[in-house]
Amino acid sequence: MYELVAFYLFSALTIGLFLVTVMSKNVLYAMTSMASAMVLISGFFFLLGADFLGVVQLIVYVGAVIALYSFAMMFFDATRDIKEKNTNPALVFLLGGMSALVLVLMFSAPIHSEAIQALYPMTEGVGNAQDVGMVLFTKYLIPFEVAALMLLVAMIAGIILAGKKMDHSLTEDMDADDEIMNLKDTK
Amino acid sequence: MIGLSHYLIVSAIIFSIGLVGVLRRRNLLMLFFATEVMLNAVNIAFAAISHYYNDLTGQMFAFFIIAIAASEVAVGLGILIVLYKKYGSLDLDDLASMRG
Repeated sequence: MYELVAFYLFSALTIGLFLVTVMSKNVLYAMTSMASAMVLISGFFFLLGADFLGVVQLIVYVGAVIALYSFAMMFFDATRDIKEKNTNPALVFLLGGMSALVLVLMFSAPIHSEAIQALYPMTEGVGNAQDVGMVLFTKYLIPFEVAALMLLVAMIAGIILAGKKMDHSLTEDMDADDEIMNLKDTK
Repeated sequence: MIGLSHYLIVSAIIFSIGLVGVLRRRNLLMLFFATEVMLNAVNIAFAAISHYYNDLTGQMFAFFIIAIAASEVAVGLGILIVLYKKYGSLDLDDLASMRG
């Protein structure tokens, strides 16, 4: 009963918040709704017994990715509404719906075959974090190290790409900045 | 009770929302948001399959997807900042320079 209520609540809220993310004209609204939807997605993971994955989702997505987006949003002018020349919405929804249908078929295909068996089955009586650690550091050690290297490369790339000429203002209206500076000087 | 197909249907709905976003958005920052939506949808599907087949492989793949998403955001936002410095806009129609 508890799981039923939680599942339907989480799914309704997540779908609604992601719709706001996709449809909103304002970057700030889109980002806040995406942040809260990601918190709710970690709720899905806790429901599914993947505790460690839920915590990682909270730390990495809600902590790091959203913080990075909000910092980037400060460089761009986020208060203005985004003007977009949209393509035909009916075509977009038709294409999106058709791909969703294909996706459901693809996902439900293995459910009807009984040939699936667990490659790394979960051990009984062991916490999820310990179980994940055992598999991650034995069977998936090389992908783990490669992922660490990839994160290092991404960090260096981010610093090099974003770091140049950061003392200049990025936004167009330099006059407003100058006015603020003048006000500060007169005070 | 909640079965595997419930989770997969929710995941498919969220994925198609992200796909609609990718198709209709013209702003690069909003395109990034839509890709994040799609990555999260796939993570839900992986966690659900991992739970219902009692197998840890799905969770492993979800971890690596999260790591890839984090590095994608780091590099992508750096590129967005460079583009914004150069063109003063993030609209794809303004950035299109190769007209065939």
